[in-house]
Amino acid sequence: MTVAGWGLILLFVAILLALAKPMGLWLFALYEGRITPLHRVLGPVERGFYRLAGIDPNEEQGWRRYALHMLLFNVALLIFTYAVLRLQGVLPVNPQGFGAVGADGAFNTAISFTTNTNWQWYSGEATLSNLSQMLGLTIQNFLSAATGIAIAFALFRGFARREVKTIGNFWADMTRVTLYLLLPICIVYAIFLIASGVPQTLAGSVDATTLEGVKQTIALGPVASQEAIKMLGTNGGGFFNANSAHPFENPTALTNLVQMLSILAIGVGLTWCFGRAVGDTRQGWAILAAMGVLFVAGVAVTYWQEAAGNPVLHQLGALGGNMEGKEVRFGIAASALFAVVTTAASCGAVNAMHDSFTALGGMIPLFNMQIGEVVVGGVGAGIYGFLLFAILAVFVAGLMVGRTPEYVGKKIEAREVKLAVLAIAILPLVILGFTAIASVLPAGLAGPLNKGPHGFSEILYAFTSCAGNNGSAFAGLTAGTPFYNGMLGVAMWLGRFFVIVPALAIAGSLAAKRHVPASSGSFPTTGGLWIGLLVGIILILGGLTFLPSLALGPIADHLAMVNGQLF
Amino acid sequence: MTAPNSMFSAALVIPAMRDAVKKLKPRELSRNPVMFVTASVAALLTLLLALGEPGLSTGFQVQLALWLWLTVLFGTFAEALAEGRGRAQAASLRATKAELKAKLMLGVGDTYELVPATQLEKGEIVLVETGDLIPADGEVIEGVASVNEAAITGESAPVIREAGGDRSAVTAGTRVISDQIKVRVTAEPGQGFLDRMIALVEGAERRKTPNEIALTILLVGLTIIFLIAVSTIPAFASYAGGAIPVALLAALLITLIPTTIAALLSAIGIAGMDRLVRFNVLAKSGRAVEAAGDVDVLLLDKTGTITIGDRQASEFRALAGVETDMLAEAALLASLADETPEGRSIVALARERYAIRVQALPAGSEIIPFTAQTRLSGVTVAGVTIHKGAVDSILKAHPLEDALPAVQEMRRITDEIARAGGTPLAVIRDGRLLGAIHLKDVVKSGVRERFVELRKMGIRTVMITGDNPLTAAAIAAEAGVDDFLAEATPEDKLALIRREQAEGRLVAMCGDGTNDAPALAQADVGVAMNTGTQAAREAGNMVDLDSDPTKLIEVVGLGKQLLMTRGALTTFSVANDVAKYFAIIPAIFVALYPGLGVLNVMGLATPESAVLSAIIFNALIIPCLVPLALKGVRYRPMPAGPLLARNLSVYGLGGLVAPFVGIKLIDLAVSGLNLA
Amino acid sequence: MLSDLKSALRPALTLTLLFAALLGLAYPLALTGIGQALFPEQANGSLIREGDRVIGSNLIGQKFTSNAYFHGRPSAAGSDGYDASASSGSNLGPTSKALAERVQGDVATLSETTPGSPVPPDLVTTSASGLDPHISPEAAFFQVERVAKARGATENEIRALVRKSIEQPLLGFLGEPRVHLLQLNRSLDVRFPAR
Repeated sequence: MTVAGWGLILLFVAILLALAKPMGLWLFALYEGRITPLHRVLGPVERGFYRLAGIDPNEEQGWRRYALHMLLFNVALLIFTYAVLRLQGVLPVNPQGFGAVGADGAFNTAISFTTNTNWQWYSGEATLSNLSQMLGLTIQNFLSAATGIAIAFALFRGFARREVKTIGNFWADMTRVTLYLLLPICIVYAIFLIASGVPQTLAGSVDATTLEGVKQTIALGPVASQEAIKMLGTNGGGFFNANSAHPFENPTALTNLVQMLSILAIGVGLTWCFGRAVGDTRQGWAILAAMGVLFVAGVAVTYWQEAAGNPVLHQLGALGGNMEGKEVRFGIAASALFAVVTTAASCGAVNAMHDSFTALGGMIPLFNMQIGEVVVGGVGAGIYGFLLFAILAVFVAGLMVGRTPEYVGKKIEAREVKLAVLAIAILPLVILGFTAIASVLPAGLAGPLNKGPHGFSEILYAFTSCAGNNGSAFAGLTAGTPFYNGMLGVAMWLGRFFVIVPALAIAGSLAAKRHVPASSGSFPTTGGLWIGLLVGIILILGGLTFLPSLALGPIADHLAMVNGQLF
Repeated sequence: MTAPNSMFSAALVIPAMRDAVKKLKPRELSRNPVMFVTASVAALLTLLLALGEPGLSTGFQVQLALWLWLTVLFGTFAEALAEGRGRAQAASLRATKAELKAKLMLGVGDTYELVPATQLEKGEIVLVETGDLIPADGEVIEGVASVNEAAITGESAPVIREAGGDRSAVTAGTRVISDQIKVRVTAEPGQGFLDRMIALVEGAERRKTPNEIALTILLVGLTIIFLIAVSTIPAFASYAGGAIPVALLAALLITLIPTTIAALLSAIGIAGMDRLVRFNVLAKSGRAVEAAGDVDVLLLDKTGTITIGDRQASEFRALAGVETDMLAEAALLASLADETPEGRSIVALARERYAIRVQALPAGSEIIPFTAQTRLSGVTVAGVTIHKGAVDSILKAHPLEDALPAVQEMRRITDEIARAGGTPLAVIRDGRLLGAIHLKDVVKSGVRERFVELRKMGIRTVMITGDNPLTAAAIAAEAGVDDFLAEATPEDKLALIRREQAEGRLVAMCGDGTNDAPALAQADVGVAMNTGTQAAREAGNMVDLDSDPTKLIEVVGLGKQLLMTRGALTTFSVANDVAKYFAIIPAIFVALYPGLGVLNVMGLATPESAVLSAIIFNALIIPCLVPLALKGVRYRPMPAGPLLARNLSVYGLGGLVAPFVGIKLIDLAVSGLNLA
Repeated sequence: MLSDLKSALRPALTLTLLFAALLGLAYPLALTGIGQALFPEQANGSLIREGDRVIGSNLIGQKFTSNAYFHGRPSAAGSDGYDASASSGSNLGPTSKALAERVQGDVATLSETTPGSPVPPDLVTTSASGLDPHISPEAAFFQVERVAKARGATENEIRALVRKSIEQPLLGFLGEPRVHLLQLNRSLDVRFPAR
């Protein structure tokens, strides 16, 4: 580890903290449905959309209606993207002349982008036309992110509102977030990326003759426009196979820093927005602090392990940190940081190959996803996932102060506990259950590239990533098979909507409750004790659930690596 | 009420052990899902033992199965013990109930028929004569009697029960010791106070409280998660090219699922109710006890709770031109026939401080009793009438010009007295205002400190008083309550409660009169005084058998303690899992990847002894925690922050560390004894 | 429930199409226009031309095998490496036998050509994209002897060239010190044309 490396990490954390309030203020304005300066430009678009779609943005919806509308919209988007991928061969803007995507592959990819996962079984530059990238995927990158933020808004309203049945209007939330938050930032962001070297062209590729006279086909495309929303919306689906490790997606150390920041920017803003929404910004800061502790701990472990390197390679004379699967322009610190950032959020973009990380260095991204990507987390998904844990933490420990547990003025009772448990239990069920199936069936066992415990880690990582809607991979796994496309597709769907629907139900249940004013007898949900408690609950619940799988994967892998045992 | 005090006296433990076995019935177990899973796994292991599972020694498997069964038994034992304690308390009540006979009125004169009390229907009228036990809960409709309610309250001083008014309710099992009364039965057979009390203390009628339900859901959720975590291990192991014996997986599962708290959960609830009963407060439901812990606002009646019940005369304030002795004498004469504590205190003050020597009223004096209409009392001695009473009442009876200097001075004096927290009584003789008596409210010693404690806990106290605002403000300041409601009518109380509730606060109050009933019903925690009316007792969700309004504060404490005990043991139970993992995971995986032996941080002797030690610890921790579950965690009033810090360090950190030590010690014993 | 679903039908379908037009077409096309107008170089892939001939992209690594060129890192992109239409890492894990064997082989080759110096780790590890345009300064210095010999230049001349081409991290800590391989090799061709 180097001073410069830690300098980068500290700078990153500092900028992120500084972003929390401004981003939060903007989000809060959208949460409240306030008129922003941008309304002058985009207001007509918003109103036009509502008029054409027959939407009354002021119609307040109960949680069931909110959920059903959200679900139906996502199904429509899913079908749309599926259709675009299947019809790719006959649609225009296909300079490389790619044929239709297969049924299982299109199924997987459509779900993948609808659920904000962006798991990619394919290699973008060799499979998808420019039209598919734009029309099929970019739209989903925006709308899955907007959906996540809308859900977070709905849950905030549950905490903030008193004795009402409604939690807002899905269409209005989703449209406003898209138009006034995601789109404007992306336009500026994409221009910055283009200026930094990210291509933005409709051409498919260009042929070059290298210095040594060999033909090199350089894939191109409208990369920057997709790259911006891919990061900002914590989607993570790369234009190219190598994702943000590809020099065209992430050309410089500066773009790398901006990309990492843009992954978490909305997430940290949402913590502030939550505090503001419930009338006490300290609540938001407390959540962010707990996330920060987990984040810095994760970065420290990964950076330490990657910098220490692989003893197996040291033996062979390749000393130093672990550079396998890393880019020279980023080096070890920025790669370790990126890996933790992308899995803290449900982004899944990578600037280094996680599969080639050291065993423990790669376990941190895995564990980050297993605890539900609640360390800042995906846009919207992170905060609503975190609030589920907060509900459980409040419930377990809140009893210890001798009162029915309360969180930000709402009593946490049987219904909330039931729904939170349901939402939290879906992750282990899918991750462990599906991994178990894949570890015994020949179709599953055919997947891993690596042998030994690391091969198991590849399977585990895939289901963890999909259930958590992350999308990053231990990419050695050959996932483009009907078995994996199907299983992982289902995992993504379950991991997304079986968390969202309970979260919305909680929102509805909380909104109907009375507000309990805080007193010195109320459970403190700000301050060090609470932060420690949150961290403890998340680590213990996550750790206890996944320790057996981690022991047989990365931990066994690590011990083998230390002992020089190869597979 | 007497009950064995030692928690583990043989009289309690032996029947509890028997009941523990009885509770193994699947139907009973299924009420506690976590223990049901534990029992199922134990049964599975027993079956496997019979079939013989390869890879493990029979001795080891026998021990494993044995300890799993013990885990279940310890859980049922904890519940049985808690119930047993309650039952012991109920036994004396039950004995009372068994022998009850009723004199059922036949409707013709005073004729009655002797019937067993259990056959009484609601609405029937029974006669209770001196020496009889009252056969059913009811309301006195005729007569006055003194009743010994010791059977229920433990208080041997008899209380008066009379038709009409606020003291008309009688309870089955109490004994009339003088006079006779007719009582209309107000409870259905088997639904009376005594029946409910028996059922409650025995835990037979226990329904899960809201928090308990929520906690059970959490425990079930954790169980499901761990079930997933453990049941997927064989597939993972098969990837690694090995297999893990079912018995070991079963052991892992049982140590991970929250057996500790699940085993103790119902015992905690029963014991909480039991503590309340020992405290002579009867809660109609566990929900009420829980609500007590959540209370934000306490409405306390001034009299008897904040001040000692009786006001004491402390000073005579004569008007200008009136000798103080003259006032004192007049006051004394007016009070000689007044047997209220206030009246007596006036007499005492006049005699002791002002040396008035009048011993008794002269013959022929005519006593003017206090009536609700006149609201004054007095005496006519030798044709001279002396009245004492509130200034307004006096002036109503003796219309004097407001402009008169005497009236003005009187108003000034009475205002002064009121501002000082006293109650002024004006004295008038023959139409001439003499002065005022200062009746002082005496704030109970120690209440101020208690209110400070309550404030620390985040509970606001509101004093309810019929006094005027001036007096109320002075007493409120002296007692240190947060707020007061002066000149309170029952409607005012109800409105105050509704207002607080609308702002999201939970309100507790106590009351006794029929007119308190709406407020008692509206309050989240309504403690009715046992001396109160049947209406009040029905409206409240708790009854204080000692009729001590101060107890409201303790009831809140008990409610909090109950919740804290659950939270503490849950936290402890979950925190325990960390150590158990470190015992079992290396033990079962070391065969697959020998390197994983490094996770055996406790240095446990062998994989078998590690598994066995963890499962033994998991079982033994239950009886070890039974005393804590029954007694409740230590509770001291303090703000939530420090309280959480304290409990988290004791039960959270303690829960992390304790099993590391415990499992290591058990492992030393297990390996030392060559058990595995 | 059913009426809730029905009421969602029109908004769902209409918004899907409207957003598809806005986000799937208008947004990327508008940016393409902006990019092409403002930053045509970058927007088209930062291509390097010699005359009419495209010799590569400034951002994309190329494969070098000749002793007269500095070599890049091993690449897993495409079957031959540095296939800019098939970016990929090796995805070999830390305990992979294949990884160990590959590294062992590369270390052996490198040690043969340049005995005595420790092998820089980036020279025996594949990059994440397989298209890494950079190598570390150490990796460049490591190859000076071989390149000098092949170019018939002195090691000091070559070393000076390497030193000049080292790019330092932005602000001292953003990124790593690195050498742009294609640029270095092009300046080699200019300064020390191959004999």
